[in-house]
Amino acid sequence: MRRVYADNNATTRVDERVVEEMLPAFTQVYGNPSSMHTLGAEAEKRIRLARERVAKFIKADPSEIVFTSCGTESDNAALFGTFEAYPNKKHIVTTKVEHPAVLNPCQLLAKKDYSVTFLSVNSEGMLDLDELKDSIRDDTAIVSIMYANNETGVVFPIEQIGQIVKERGVVFHVDAVQAAGKIPLDVEKLNVDLLSLSGHKIHAPKGVGALYIRRGTKLRPLLVGGHQEKGRRGGTENVPYIIGFGKACELASEHLPEMNTRVKTMRDRLQNGLLKSVPHASLNGAKSPRGPNTLSIRFEYVEGESILLLLDREGIAASSGSACTSGSLEPSHVLRAMGVPYTSVHGSIRLSLSRFNTDQDIDHILEKFPPIIARLREISPFAKASAKEVNA
Amino acid sequence: MWDYTEKVKDHFYNPRNVGVIENPDGVGEVGSLACGDMLKLTFKLDDEGKIGDVKFQTFGCGSAIASASALTELIKGKTLEQADKITNQDIAEYLGGLPEEKMHCSVMGREALEAAIANYRGEKAPKEEGEIVCKCFGVTDKAIERAIKENGLTTVEQVTYYTKAGGGCGQCHPKIQEIIDRVIKETGGGIWRVKPERKKLSNIQKMKLVEETIKNEIAPALQKEGGDIELIDIEGDRVVVALRGTCSQCVLSGWTMQSFVQAKLREFVSPELVVEEAKE
Repeated sequence: MRRVYADNNATTRVDERVVEEMLPAFTQVYGNPSSMHTLGAEAEKRIRLARERVAKFIKADPSEIVFTSCGTESDNAALFGTFEAYPNKKHIVTTKVEHPAVLNPCQLLAKKDYSVTFLSVNSEGMLDLDELKDSIRDDTAIVSIMYANNETGVVFPIEQIGQIVKERGVVFHVDAVQAAGKIPLDVEKLNVDLLSLSGHKIHAPKGVGALYIRRGTKLRPLLVGGHQEKGRRGGTENVPYIIGFGKACELASEHLPEMNTRVKTMRDRLQNGLLKSVPHASLNGAKSPRGPNTLSIRFEYVEGESILLLLDREGIAASSGSACTSGSLEPSHVLRAMGVPYTSVHGSIRLSLSRFNTDQDIDHILEKFPPIIARLREISPFAKASAKEVNA
Repeated sequence: MWDYTEKVKDHFYNPRNVGVIENPDGVGEVGSLACGDMLKLTFKLDDEGKIGDVKFQTFGCGSAIASASALTELIKGKTLEQADKITNQDIAEYLGGLPEEKMHCSVMGREALEAAIANYRGEKAPKEEGEIVCKCFGVTDKAIERAIKENGLTTVEQVTYYTKAGGGCGQCHPKIQEIIDRVIKETGGGIWRVKPERKKLSNIQKMKLVEETIKNEIAPALQKEGGDIELIDIEGDRVVVALRGTCSQCVLSGWTMQSFVQAKLREFVSPELVVEEAKE
């Protein structure tokens, strides 16, 4: 059976060239970078190269890159570290559609003596920049806004937001985990102070991430231990994974044009094909700028988990904003914030591509997908959504 | 990804009795689009007053579709009195178990059945009685109380898994806890004697409990069929047994081991137990 992996916003396949550079670090260059011997020095040298590669990827200085264990750690370090550094500031501005790695720390802070403004989005998933301007207060410590949404692919105007936040002299954190490798990242142009990255979304392995900390930004470390990362993150460096992450960043820069041409073309073909062949289907965030690889479609009168199970049987790996897959009972907070109608909020499917996808993959999905929806609608008590009607 | 049993997968991929019966004797409809799942059940009685034909339509996840399909198979050919006794546990057991988070799918099946029978008898469905506790999913105190009693639930989280109540905004959690406390008090904790809360067992306790369960719960049922079972060894969570009498030649012995012996031992001793047949 043909296997099509279309869940690249969840995680990606590790690039062979990344693995190749990592392997020596396990059995040959296994020294501790802090050690005073040749093996340690060699490990240190490779980390330096990785740091340079990550810095180049986002147009930062290598001294501004701190390696972490994942995107969630980067987000947590940015939020908690900023509040620790500004004990008199008690307010945070973020959005209703952030990843749980930002949302849940904010909700935790809200339960203590902090106040949090969760900015709303419209039905297309876009922010109101006037609401943002009005929300920043004198005691606002940090504004934390994602670059690209993991569920819908909707891209926020970070450059404009950075300008607004900078004028108010507030620390600006951007969760760029889903933007990396899809949108060019330039921390200077964007006016960001803190930026989170994750390795496994860009064909590095799981278990490594980075936090960009603009020089001069006050931040208390989340992990306190040895002097690693110049005291900004204790703990022995995860040498092989950091090496892999560095290589993945270099490759992501090289493949960025391909993501916005070949991959985007595949995504668009998939999008148009599905919307044309499946009745009662619509695109989430249709009128917003979106990343080149993500497609989120809602299907009325069917439930996401059933779709995923049937897709899986056809070898297609996808994701849904449905409640049932996560074990929670409420559908995705992102789709609810967008006010997706209740007839289709449980039936949203996300397909996310990468450079490893091919045109044959798209053909396979386009062939297998429509009958699955038709079949589930036949079982559904809302049979009026008959497969014969087709979107005009 | 959910660890669905083969039976759940089979009933999801190949649902039995899908559709609607024209001019049915009873119709039951529970759930809604907004809640994320919905089940419509229709049945017709035959000349002997048994459920001759039954069909369902479901909007929902894999386990919701499988539970509805299982329900139709369970009630076909039964009288309404017999069907009325089917619990959500029966549906889950028929499917070889459901993930605990998905038990509400089996409850939805039972509710649809009751609604359909009530509809036939011209009565009000029991689900509609009581006071709404969970506003997000429209669950009443009566429905919560019943799920607690029938399934021996002890935590708010479990009540959410079984009824969905409390799965939205969470404001009703204190109220659900109150109902749990009240039911425990009223029943004197009696229902939990059937399903004891699991404590960490010492090795000796575990061995004793395995022995008792085989003697009291498993062997009598096998003996009724002319078979028997012998405990050979216990090694950590591995229980080695041998089937005797008719069971040892039975083509279904594999099924007996998995679905009956292991299920019973997991229920009464520890969910981690693995049962193996002695190689002789």
